[in-house]
Amino acid sequence: MISLAGRDIVHSWSKFVLTGLGLGLLIGVTLTMAGVYRGMVDDAKALLNNSGADLWVVQQDTQGPYAESSSIHDDVYRSIRALPGVARAANVTYLTMQVRRGKVDARAMVVGFEPGQPGEPGYLIAGRHITRNHYEAVVDVKTGFQLGDLLRIRRHDYRVVGVTRRMVSSGGDPMVFIPLKDAQEAQFLKDNDAILNERARTVANPALNRPGVPGLLDAIQSSQSTNRNVNAVLVQLTPFADPESVASEIRRWKHLQAFTRPQMEDILVTKLIATSARQIAMFLVILAVVSAAIVAFIIYTMTLGKIREIAVLKLIGTRNRTIAGMILQEALGLGFIGFLVGKTAATLWAPLFPKFVLLEPGDAMRGFVAVMAICALASTLAIHAALRVDPATAIGG
Amino acid sequence: MFCSSALAGWSHAPGRWRPQVTTTRLATDELSPALFGIGTVEARRNYLIGPTAAGRVKEVHVDVGESVKAGQLLAEIDPVDLDERLRSIDAAFARATAAVAATQAQRSDMVAKEKLASLAATRYQELSAKQFVSPSTVDSKLQELASAQAGVAGSEANLAGAKQELVRLQADKEGLRQQKSNLHLRAPQDGVVISRDAEAGSTVVAGQAVVRMVEPDSLWVKTRLDQGRSRGLAVGQRAQITLRSNATVRLPGQVARIEPISDSVTEERIALVTFDQSPAGLSIGEMAEVSIQTSAGGPALVLPNAAIKQSAQGTGVWKLDDGQPRWLAVKIGNTSLDGAVQILSGLTAGDEVVVHSERELTEGRRIKVVTQLTGPRQ
Repeated sequence: MISLAGRDIVHSWSKFVLTGLGLGLLIGVTLTMAGVYRGMVDDAKALLNNSGADLWVVQQDTQGPYAESSSIHDDVYRSIRALPGVARAANVTYLTMQVRRGKVDARAMVVGFEPGQPGEPGYLIAGRHITRNHYEAVVDVKTGFQLGDLLRIRRHDYRVVGVTRRMVSSGGDPMVFIPLKDAQEAQFLKDNDAILNERARTVANPALNRPGVPGLLDAIQSSQSTNRNVNAVLVQLTPFADPESVASEIRRWKHLQAFTRPQMEDILVTKLIATSARQIAMFLVILAVVSAAIVAFIIYTMTLGKIREIAVLKLIGTRNRTIAGMILQEALGLGFIGFLVGKTAATLWAPLFPKFVLLEPGDAMRGFVAVMAICALASTLAIHAALRVDPATAIGG
Repeated sequence: MFCSSALAGWSHAPGRWRPQVTTTRLATDELSPALFGIGTVEARRNYLIGPTAAGRVKEVHVDVGESVKAGQLLAEIDPVDLDERLRSIDAAFARATAAVAATQAQRSDMVAKEKLASLAATRYQELSAKQFVSPSTVDSKLQELASAQAGVAGSEANLAGAKQELVRLQADKEGLRQQKSNLHLRAPQDGVVISRDAEAGSTVVAGQAVVRMVEPDSLWVKTRLDQGRSRGLAVGQRAQITLRSNATVRLPGQVARIEPISDSVTEERIALVTFDQSPAGLSIGEMAEVSIQTSAGGPALVLPNAAIKQSAQGTGVWKLDDGQPRWLAVKIGNTSLDGAVQILSGLTAGDEVVVHSERELTEGRRIKVVTQLTGPRQ
């Protein structure tokens, strides 16, 4: 038995392939949108993975350091380090800002970390770790900076000595790692004009600038220009310590907030990126529905375009089953080509996106099943139309 | 062709593919251990020149930037009534001198009287022995003599008192002179004036600086080094100083002193690094970067620090065994500023370890070794 569908496709293969290509691009967009959503969630999780922490210790009554701002003293880590179950604890600061290189600047999350401690980038793809405790930087490859580049953060230049990847903030901004003390300065120190202004204000205040107390003004001014705060303390636990019990110890006795990994993940995924993720999810649903409708219409109109031929087939006595089979096969074939093209297109253009796009094989499988189901469903409409064709139309009646 | 590349692309979902890594072999290389810190240019000796008692500034004779010699007058404090008090003491001194002369004259008078009384008493005693006069007359003459002697003693005491008064006034006068000269603020050393903190007419309290000066050849860099990276720091080590105003030039110097007290708040050690030769135009308070050579370089088993992983389990590396990574704890020694780390134990020369990787590795994971992960192909 000859394959009617095969013959039909061969007969007008260019039309078939072009239709499949168009359909494929549409499917590609849908898959990409799913990838954007997954990438968003993955960015949030990558942030947690990369910090290498088991516990996040932040200011009391805040959900920092990612979802809210948090500020704690930088000697807090010492008392935490002494708690049972804590293997390592280190200060860390986070600040999202524009990092300049020459005339261009890149949006980046500047992370202040202590070399060799949690918070340090776990792996590099080029260069080395920081060896000087000032003015060196490790950057994420997405910032576009290269080894040896000089970056400007506030008033200091930083030399790029290492490159890493997949180190992003929850918003997908690539990270720039600099030594903690520099980061504290970048975060809390004011610009020169503001410092001069502040000094002048202090001098003008008679309560602080008292003629009988010569050292008072200097003391006040020097205390104004220092700030010894950090955003969080990252804690790594010893292998058999229970995170929740250590966290509750910190919450109860250190009067700080401590989050375990599941809690932090919850904050990031269900709170921090919730709105934008839902936005994308909504868009994804609409796109999927629209794609399904377009697929159905394409198959339906494609069948209607062949109405004359179907009438001829009927005229020569072809069985309904054969005709239905042909339409179904063509629909599934179209779906298959479309999926293939879509997946390929999505895979090819996903790395070009500025933010991370994660194409999960599970999503692809679900997409494939959905495409095939939609095609099958759409073909029933077409089959219905085809079977109702009067053979007489074949001869112009 | 397109299809095959597309199909290959499908497997590019992260988490599925073999992470690419670069590796290196542990080898002997030159390692020059060094430390890095930043500091500010400071003067070894600062002089705050001010009065020892509260007063009003009368005049400031020097300006910022001026070189001064030891003993040079820098500023004067208003003496207020010191001159008048000196004059009053002068007058009192003159009066006391006159008083001394008067008591001297008094004493001469008393001595003369005593001599006369003594002669009279002797004579009457002789006459009494010959029974010419009554004993009561002799007694009266003896009493006159004792009285005259007491008069002499009294006048001598008066004279001594008057002389003491003279000495006292002299000392008072000296004291006032000292006070007056103390109001002249003089340079204790040769140096340069770095600030002029009070102007004529302003009142300063005791100890408050009117003028500050430094010895310009005593400038050094107060360098702050992270405590965690200060191992091997010692006095006499060679250093290279880069001033912020001239970032391309590295000035040679050496560690002159290590402060016994480190900063417990910033967790930094403080080393003072002197210049071999102070550059011209050095400004106090300027920021400088300092690299300190902690020991002479030498051959050692070294790895790049990108290969060293720190975790809760300790320090280790990913060693390649039959093309698969294995976690291996290592002990590390000196580090250099260009990222070389000395391996003390845990590895042997020739072992292949992972340096760069695309993602975190796990034990036994299949990996793909490449020469380079990013950037233009070399």
